[in-house]
Amino acid sequence: MADQTLDAKGLNCPLPILRAKKALKEMAPGQVLAIEATDPGSAKDFESFCSQTGNELVKASEDGKIFYYEIRKA
Amino acid sequence: MANQKSLAIIATKGTLDFAYPPLILATTAAALDYDVTIFWTFYGLQVLKKERDLKISPLGNPAMPMPVPMPVFVQMLPGMESMATIMMKQKMASKGVASIDSLMEMALESDVKMIACQMTVDLFDFKHEELIDGLEYAGAARFFEVAQRADITLFI
Repeated sequence: MADQTLDAKGLNCPLPILRAKKALKEMAPGQVLAIEATDPGSAKDFESFCSQTGNELVKASEDGKIFYYEIRKA
Repeated sequence: MANQKSLAIIATKGTLDFAYPPLILATTAAALDYDVTIFWTFYGLQVLKKERDLKISPLGNPAMPMPVPMPVFVQMLPGMESMATIMMKQKMASKGVASIDSLMEMALESDVKMIACQMTVDLFDFKHEELIDGLEYAGAARFFEVAQRADITLFI
């Protein structure tokens, strides 16, 4: 289960990443942030965000309309 | 922070569209834990105004997508620039694109350092009071001090 959720639906680049960063800042290491987004660019962006910040992308999926991510804070 | 990466941007443009790239890249780099500095010069200073009034024009910008094709002589008519600006802002809001005001706010919140080129401030007779607070006023030598230790340097 996620410790925090972030609704980034309807937001475009770079807002989903900026909001995620802000949410993660308030969280403790090991906690998981669940994100919902509609920006198709966010798929690659969250991969890149995690590979550069050391946070772990534990889940990335989509149902055709919405992209779902879970990030575990490093 | 040890091993912190660093980004230096020179921002030279002052239209609504070209205010975006420096602020999008700066805020994103800050979210990736970069140390970020933007050196604003020439028309870029318009983005630093407290009363920001950035515009966009299809005139001289044939690549700008228009809802209806518009001959150049129509683009020259009074009010066309304001209309194009309003339409672009509406379009951006409807697509969930952040406003320049909010991107600037986020950049400052995430400690992006802003340097205003004092020479162009003088050239355009801008007053420091007209520009946002928290700026450093300096010249080209100061930019090189920042850029020589930056991992990435961009001219926009």
